Amino acid sequence: MNSTLHVFVQIFSEPSILVALIALVGLLLQRKPGADIMKGTVKTFVGFLVLSAGAAVVVAALDPFGDMFSEVFGVQGIVPNNEAIVGPVLQEYGTAAALIFFFGMVVNVILARITRFKYIYLSGHVALYQSAMIAVILIVAGFSTWEAILWGSIAEAIITTVSPAVVQPFMRQVTGKDNVALGHTGGFGIALSGLVARLTKGDPENSTEKLKVPKSLGFVRDSTVVVALSMGIIFIVVALFAGPSYVQDNISDGQNYILWAVMSAGQFAAGVFIILAGVRVILAEIVPAFKGISEKLVPDAKPALDVPITFTFAPNAVMVGFLSSLVAGLIGMGVLGMLGTAVIIPGIVAHFMTGGASGVIGNAVGGRRGAVLGAFANGILITLVPLLLLPLLGDIGNANATFGDSDYGVIGLYLGWLGIGGKAFIIVGILVALLALFGTSFGIGRAAKKREARDHAAEGSATSDSSETRSSNIADSSDSAS
Amino acid sequence: MKFMAMCSSGLGSSFMVEMNIQAALDKIGAKDVEVDHADLGSAGPTDADVFFVGKDLENSVSGFDDVVILDSIIDQDELDLKVKETCLRLGIPLSD
Repeated sequence: MNSTLHVFVQIFSEPSILVALIALVGLLLQRKPGADIMKGTVKTFVGFLVLSAGAAVVVAALDPFGDMFSEVFGVQGIVPNNEAIVGPVLQEYGTAAALIFFFGMVVNVILARITRFKYIYLSGHVALYQSAMIAVILIVAGFSTWEAILWGSIAEAIITTVSPAVVQPFMRQVTGKDNVALGHTGGFGIALSGLVARLTKGDPENSTEKLKVPKSLGFVRDSTVVVALSMGIIFIVVALFAGPSYVQDNISDGQNYILWAVMSAGQFAAGVFIILAGVRVILAEIVPAFKGISEKLVPDAKPALDVPITFTFAPNAVMVGFLSSLVAGLIGMGVLGMLGTAVIIPGIVAHFMTGGASGVIGNAVGGRRGAVLGAFANGILITLVPLLLLPLLGDIGNANATFGDSDYGVIGLYLGWLGIGGKAFIIVGILVALLALFGTSFGIGRAAKKREARDHAAEGSATSDSSETRSSNIADSSDSAS
Repeated sequence: MKFMAMCSSGLGSSFMVEMNIQAALDKIGAKDVEVDHADLGSAGPTDADVFFVGKDLENSVSGFDDVVILDSIIDQDELDLKVKETCLRLGIPLSD
């Protein structure tokens, strides 16, 4: 009996099998034909193993880089690349992460159903990465796996419900509609961009789309190319500082130091490529199920989708935002270097994705000035967030890679700093956040009802006397202000 | 016949376009069309018959024969129209 139980525990603590079972449930719920169910389940199982293999490749490239960086500069150099960190994390915390991801989606649908925040978070890849980070933070703070899954799912659902909501006022300005939302772990940074653009009062008429941007910059849209090139530059620069004798004697086993740097950067990019392939296979079976189910349960739902949905609205703003965010990251790296903390090396992919969307949002709110300043603010934020998260990630914090986007900071620092006070603090913190979510939803509901009632009153009296309408509106607004 | 949606990392937005293409195909009753998604780096011209990308990626797909450019990747009406046009152009049988 006990041995049977032991086998069950072993099965469920094997993340690849667990994720395959989640896909199986999704496919069954969609009532797919038997052959599709088998294919999808097996592909998901293998997909997770592909992801793990990619993680090993990334780690093999990053470990010597970390040694070399700290040898040369005397500080730790961290690459904030979500794929690079999530692979190793899933190997260690895979079960908790997979279940937080799954139940996080379930709770997200429930919250969308019962509150006024109708956002269904469909960006499965970042939701998976975020769940992995929450798993690490909770387990490092002393939660058991099952406690981490329970509270982590709620925390994950809160952040995936709130993050699209904070960007939505700006998304409406970009798309001119209210039927699609932005679902990405860069959400808070992108909303910050919109806020900065509004405060700096740029002119939206003075749009980035009137600029001529050189087509030669187009290669940054290919993430494999940009990861390999940017890591190549970083590896070569650090290898040059370290010098041939150090690299060839201690790290590269005699291989020429520049060749070694080029090969290692290529290996890093290859690892990221493999991890992405694995993530793609896993999500292919799970996300459509989640989408189908949520459409049935939440009829007026707004899908929250990945950042490139904004890119077609203002392609120039994407480039302007990327460059501005990257400049902020480079300045941040210099400042951190002078301060002697761990150094956050600008993650080109993160600056392109979230900086690009920040540029689009900033441009819609405040034109060129908004795009530049808003994306710059995002760049500063995604340089500080990884640094502050490091101490909260336990051993993972020493892994030379980390989570890169702004929302990881919002939820991660909230939970992590509460965790200093102990487990009970975290649980209370999650419950407070949940109550705040319901409270805000209730508040929005009342405000909407009031507005509706006022519109009705205005419509009614408009036919008789328009000046009276105006005065009653003023009275109304002073009412609500007091 | 195979349609493929592409974006820069092949994760989120191309996946969404894939699901929306599938919805469009279901609407017009086009059968025997396989839909997939990929990133720009790993998809080659032989991986599908027709490629769908947003207009911001227009310059990155010059090596592909049959590309449908979308003005907005979140506009289902536009996608419905362009999927239908593509099916008619390629002679894919529709149910209605």
